[in-house]
Amino acid sequence: MRFRLTDDQRALREGVREALARRFDADALRAAAEGAAGAEGGTEGEGMGRRGVGAGSSGNGGGGAGGDGTVRSENGAGGASGSASAGERAGVSGVGGERAGRAGAGGRPVRLAEADGGAAGARRTAGSPRLDRALWRALGDLGFFALRMPEAEGGVGLGLVEAVLVFEEAGRVLLPGPLVATHLAAGAVPGAATGETVVAAVDGGLVEWLAEADVVRGDATGAVPLRSLDPLTPLHRVPAGRPAPDPVAILLSAAEQLGTAVRVGELAAQHARAREQFGRPVGAFQAVAHLCAGILVRAETARAAVYAAAVTADPADIAAARILADEAAVRGARDCLQVHGGMGFTWESEVHLHLKRAWVRTQRAGGVTQSEDLLAAALASETV
Amino acid sequence: MDLSDTPEEAAFRARLREWLAAVLPGLPHQPSPDDWPGRRAYDLGWQRRLHDAGYADVHWGAPPSVRLIFLEETEKAGAPYVGANFVGLLHAGPTIAAEGTAQQRERWLPPILRGEEVWCQGFSEPDAGSDLAALRTRARRDGDAYVVTGSKIWTSHAEVADWCELLVRTDPGAPKHRGITWLALPMDAPGITVRPLRTLAGSAEFAEVFLDEVRVPVANRVGDENDGWRVTMVTLSFERGTAFAGEVVACRRVLGELAVEARKNGRWDDPGLRRRLGRLHAEFRALWRLTQWNVSAAQASGGVPGAGGSVFKLRYSHARQELYDAAAEVLGPDCLDLDRPWTLDRLSSLAYTIAAGTSQIQHNIIAERILDLPKGR
Repeated sequence: MRFRLTDDQRALREGVREALARRFDADALRAAAEGAAGAEGGTEGEGMGRRGVGAGSSGNGGGGAGGDGTVRSENGAGGASGSASAGERAGVSGVGGERAGRAGAGGRPVRLAEADGGAAGARRTAGSPRLDRALWRALGDLGFFALRMPEAEGGVGLGLVEAVLVFEEAGRVLLPGPLVATHLAAGAVPGAATGETVVAAVDGGLVEWLAEADVVRGDATGAVPLRSLDPLTPLHRVPAGRPAPDPVAILLSAAEQLGTAVRVGELAAQHARAREQFGRPVGAFQAVAHLCAGILVRAETARAAVYAAAVTADPADIAAARILADEAAVRGARDCLQVHGGMGFTWESEVHLHLKRAWVRTQRAGGVTQSEDLLAAALASETV
Repeated sequence: MDLSDTPEEAAFRARLREWLAAVLPGLPHQPSPDDWPGRRAYDLGWQRRLHDAGYADVHWGAPPSVRLIFLEETEKAGAPYVGANFVGLLHAGPTIAAEGTAQQRERWLPPILRGEEVWCQGFSEPDAGSDLAALRTRARRDGDAYVVTGSKIWTSHAEVADWCELLVRTDPGAPKHRGITWLALPMDAPGITVRPLRTLAGSAEFAEVFLDEVRVPVANRVGDENDGWRVTMVTLSFERGTAFAGEVVACRRVLGELAVEARKNGRWDDPGLRRRLGRLHAEFRALWRLTQWNVSAAQASGGVPGAGGSVFKLRYSHARQELYDAAAEVLGPDCLDLDRPWTLDRLSSLAYTIAAGTSQIQHNIIAERILDLPKGR
C-alpha cells in the first residue's frame, strides 16, 4: 500500500495549479462574477435576443461535432414551454439525443468578448454568463479534457486519479463551464477533447451551460432557463428523466467539491489570522478557531475518500466520496462565510461563490440521497 | 497511489491469516469484564501466543503499513484485543524503546513482548486533565530514589498492573512543561492505593491511584529529570496514529449487523433510517481510507504520526457516537435494554470524544499546528 501522491501526480497537480492561476485567478473569478451580476443589471447590454441570430444559422458548417455537421436547431421544436422565448428554445430539439451547435461546426468559437449571439446567445437568458472560449481551448491544450484518452488517440493517457487531481484544482478556483460533461465527452464528441467543442449534459432535471454549449448530451427537449443561484453556472430546467449517473461524473464532481472544501478552509484560516477584533486576531478565539479546524477535518476526510474512490473506481467508494465531499464543500463554505462575518455576506467577497457552486454540485447525479441509498443497499450485501 | 498490498505486505497478510485461522478456534472463552485477574491472564496469554508466532513487536518494529494489516486482519478474524497489554505495547513500551537506556530496554521491553508484565498509565490527575502539564503529583529526590506523593486518575488496568508509567513534578519552580519527569513505578511498592472508578456504563474500567510517599529508584527514570514532557509526547503521538484502526473495521461490521437487525424488525422500511445507515457507511469507509492515508504518510516520514492523527481521532470519535445513536434508532425501545450489547456500546462511546485528548483539544491542535492560527484561550 502506498496511498499517497506519486511524484508525477504531485507535479501534475502543481502544474495545473500554476496554469489555472495564470488563466483564471481570484481576480478573474471576481471579474466573471461581476460580469454576471452586471449583465443582470443590464449594464453590459448582453441580454437575450439583442442580436438574435437565428438558431438556424448556427448549426450549419461542415465537420466538427455531430457527424453530418448539420444540426437541427429548430425554433420551437420539441415543445419547449412556459416562459421560454423562441430564442431560448432554439437548438434544443434532439437528433439522436445529441445535438451539435455552432462552434464545433463552424470552427470559430465565440469568446466572451465577441458575444455576437448565435444559437447559444439566443438561448441565453438575461444575466447568464458567457463561456470564455479562449479559456476553454486553453484547457483543451492543457489536456484537461483528453486526460484519460489513450495517447494513441491523441489523449494524455492518464487515469482517474490524475483526473481527480485536475478536477480538484478546477473546483478550487471555481473554474466555470461544463467541465465534467466535456471531459466525459472527449473521444465521443468530436472537438471535445481539444476544447473546440463545448459539451453540456442533461443531468436529471437540469442542464448546466446549455446555452453556451455546442453539443448537448441527453434529451434537452423542452429546456427552460432558470435564474441560476450561482452567477457562474447558468442552468436550464428539463422535464425530469430518471438520472442514471455515470459514476465517473459523480467522482469528478466530488473532486471539484473537495477543491472547494480545501479552498474555503484556506480562506477561513487566512481571514482568522488577519482580521483583528478585541485587540487580537479572531483566530485566537476558540469559537472561531474550531470552525476553521472543522473545515479542515471534513476536507481531509473527504480527500481520503475521493482519492481512494479514484483508485478503486468502486461505485460504493464513489458514493461515499460524494457524500463526504458534498458535506465538506457545503458545510465548509458555510463555516467559511461565518468566519468572514459581515464581509462574507457581500457580493465582493468570493466566499458566496464557493457556497453557491457547492450547492449547484449537490444537485448533480441524483443528489446525495441516491448515494445514501446505494450505500444502504450495499450494507446488506457486503461482508466486511 | 496504490491501495493494494506490496508483495511483502501480501505475504505478511497471508501468513497472519493462516496463523489466525489455526490458533483462534483453540482459544479459551473470554473472562467476564469484572474478572480482573482472569482478564489479565487472558490478555497476557494472547500476547504470549503472538510472541511465540513472531508477532509480538508488530506495533514497534514493523512498518506502519504492516501494523495496519495486523490490526485489520486480527479484527476481521475476531482475535482478542490488546486489552491489558495496551499501555505496555502502545504507550510505555514505545517510550522506553525510544528514550530508555540499553539497560532499561533490556529490563522492561522483553516482558512486555512476551506477555509477562502489565503496564498502566499514571498521567491524568483530578486537576490535570486536558491541561496535563498542570499535574501536581510531587517527586522529591532522596538519595537514589524519588519519593512520590499525589494522585492519578483514569488509570486503566491499575488493579492488575505490574508497572505504571508515571508523570511526576520534579521542579515546582520551573514553567509547567519543564518540571516534569517520567518514572517507571512498580505497582507493588509500599504507599500505593488503587480505588476502582465506576463509569457511567456501570463497569470499573478505570481506577484512581493514590501515592503516599512511594519510593521509586532513580534508575527507573526514563529520559532526563525535568524532560518528561518531551518524553511523553513521543508516547502520545503513537496513541493518535493507528490505535483505532481495528475499531474502524469493527464499526463497519456493526453497521452490517444494524442493517440485518433493521430488516428483521421492520425498521428498514423507513427510508430515513436507511439513508442514515447509508451515510454512516460512507463515513466509516472514509475513515478507513483516512487511516490508510495517514499510515502511508507515516510510512513516508519514517514512522512518526503527524497531526493527521488528530484529524482522524476527532472525526472517528464522533462517528462512533453517531453509529451507536443509529443503533438506538434501529433498536427502538430495546435501546433501553442493557442486555442488548449495543446499549452498553452506546454508553462506552461517550468516552471517545473525551479520552486521549478531548475533541476541543484536538480542534486546538489542528488550529495551531496545521492552520497556524494564533494560540488562544
